[in-house]
Amino acid sequence: MSDALPKNNIFKVIGASSLGTLIEWYDFYIFGSLAVIIGHQLFPEDAGASALINTLAIFAAGFIVRPFGALVFGRLGDLIGRKYTFLLTLVLMGGSTFFIGLIPSYKSIGYAAPILVLILRLIQGLALGGEYGGAATYVAEHAPENKRGFFTSWIQTTATLGLFLSLGIIVITKNILGAETFGNWGWRIPFLLSIVLVVVSIYIRMKMHESPLFSKLKAEGNVSKNPLKESFSHKANFKMVLLALFGATMGQGVIWYTGQFYAQSFLENTCKLDFNDSRYILLWGIAFATPFFVVFGAWSDKVGRKWIMLTGMLLGIIFYRPIYQIFLDDTDYTKIEQSDILSSTAAPASAVLIPNSTDCLRTTVTKVMLKRGASFNRVQTDTISVSNGILPAKEIIKDKVLAKPVFWKFVGLIFFQILLVTMVYGPIAAFLVELFPTKIRYTSMSLPYHIGNGVFGGLVPFIATLIASFSGSTPLSGLWYPIGIATLSLIIGAIYLSNKRDENIND
Amino acid sequence: MNTLKKFLGLIWMVLGPLAMTFLFLQAIEKVGLTHTDIERTNTILQWGIILFIFLPISLGLMIFGFYAWKGEYDKLPENSEEV
Repeated sequence: MSDALPKNNIFKVIGASSLGTLIEWYDFYIFGSLAVIIGHQLFPEDAGASALINTLAIFAAGFIVRPFGALVFGRLGDLIGRKYTFLLTLVLMGGSTFFIGLIPSYKSIGYAAPILVLILRLIQGLALGGEYGGAATYVAEHAPENKRGFFTSWIQTTATLGLFLSLGIIVITKNILGAETFGNWGWRIPFLLSIVLVVVSIYIRMKMHESPLFSKLKAEGNVSKNPLKESFSHKANFKMVLLALFGATMGQGVIWYTGQFYAQSFLENTCKLDFNDSRYILLWGIAFATPFFVVFGAWSDKVGRKWIMLTGMLLGIIFYRPIYQIFLDDTDYTKIEQSDILSSTAAPASAVLIPNSTDCLRTTVTKVMLKRGASFNRVQTDTISVSNGILPAKEIIKDKVLAKPVFWKFVGLIFFQILLVTMVYGPIAAFLVELFPTKIRYTSMSLPYHIGNGVFGGLVPFIATLIASFSGSTPLSGLWYPIGIATLSLIIGAIYLSNKRDENIND
Repeated sequence: MNTLKKFLGLIWMVLGPLAMTFLFLQAIEKVGLTHTDIERTNTILQWGIILFIFLPISLGLMIFGFYAWKGEYDKLPENSEEV
């Protein structure tokens, strides 16, 4: 039996651990939420779609190094303790986020801008790789055995709440400053704000005590001398690391990042929804679904972890394509009739000279309001040539604002996707903690978690966007990546994993 | 169930190199499709990242398959002493 604390104390432990973890997730996610704007700042103006893909690659780089952070800080956590290790990760994360907010743009320092951001992003990834395993282990080692799923599920809410906080602060900052100022320099505020949040969290964490199981291990002189070697050179441990990765965290990772990141990227970049609308939809979806992390975490204490997680994967495999098809169909404004239009107002056209040419580009933006309550901007960019006259270009429809019923329908569809996230993610901390012994737990559970989430999950927006850009692909083609990975994980998990809970993690 | 676990182990062992071969072929095709300098550099970078990341993971899948084939997952440990 674990050295469980009285209920009041365990909630203090959860509160202190969760606040820091939430801030780390916030730091990590503001970059993804601002990918389009950051892309404009870090790369040449004419980079087009490759700026977004490169920014997503920098975003993904942070995920890719998470397993290395898990190894470095996991080892530290198993050697010197949980408390000091995740204090260090918090400082690294907060510092690098703050400095991203200070990086000059491509116009000022050229390609040094994306390179510096990449370096800071890598530090963020390393720090997060060390943070989560520590927080989950710390809470689980304080929790009573029959409520481990319930108590660790509070830590599980922090990733989604961190995303919620990042979206909320971005939307508020943008609405206060206005779109133009926000695009110029206002996007830096959410990054700079991080330093305040981190200082508060460090103060709280300094007051925490070391995990009772680790303290006991230390007092008995049983702390692992080389947790990396014990985790990965012993076949018995290594085979469990592989099983955790392929049978659980790999599928969990893609469900997580499809529901909460690819969904937002799809609504904004493929469906061309208005900046605020796409974020409000996600904010509402997260707000309604977040309590279910705790519901499924607690339920897993009664019925086991395995089938709750695998059901979440199965539902994602079945419903992703129909859901994203609805997103596409309901935002297709190319077939609207003249009778659907309430008003149409053209703003004065703007013109810019094409560099090294006598031609110029004339952009006309027409705001179209529909009778059903929706609206969009029709953007026409023509080339005015001295020799050939006006060469009209294909018009683009963007900044779509949805009619209220469609807006809430989208909230429902996002809610459903995040509900699946709560099913796969709510019980997984308890599942991983129970899979490995105390002295190598931090190291062993962190690696499959961060490969599953950081690599398989974190690459969802990047790989799905890449697949969708292939010739012959459709806007839904990118979904084959998460569907394929979730299917593989579902099969392996269903056949190889046990549904039995390990009641004694004090070993 | 143990027979199924073993049989599927063979599939995981084959799936690792198959996935890598597929990714290599995709990388060669996509890099070959882009001609201009910066686009080509971007494409090589993107596919380089993908190959770098998924190579060790497919190796891991092969090892997982090998363990499954050897019956290592027929009985999972029920406590840490068995790990």
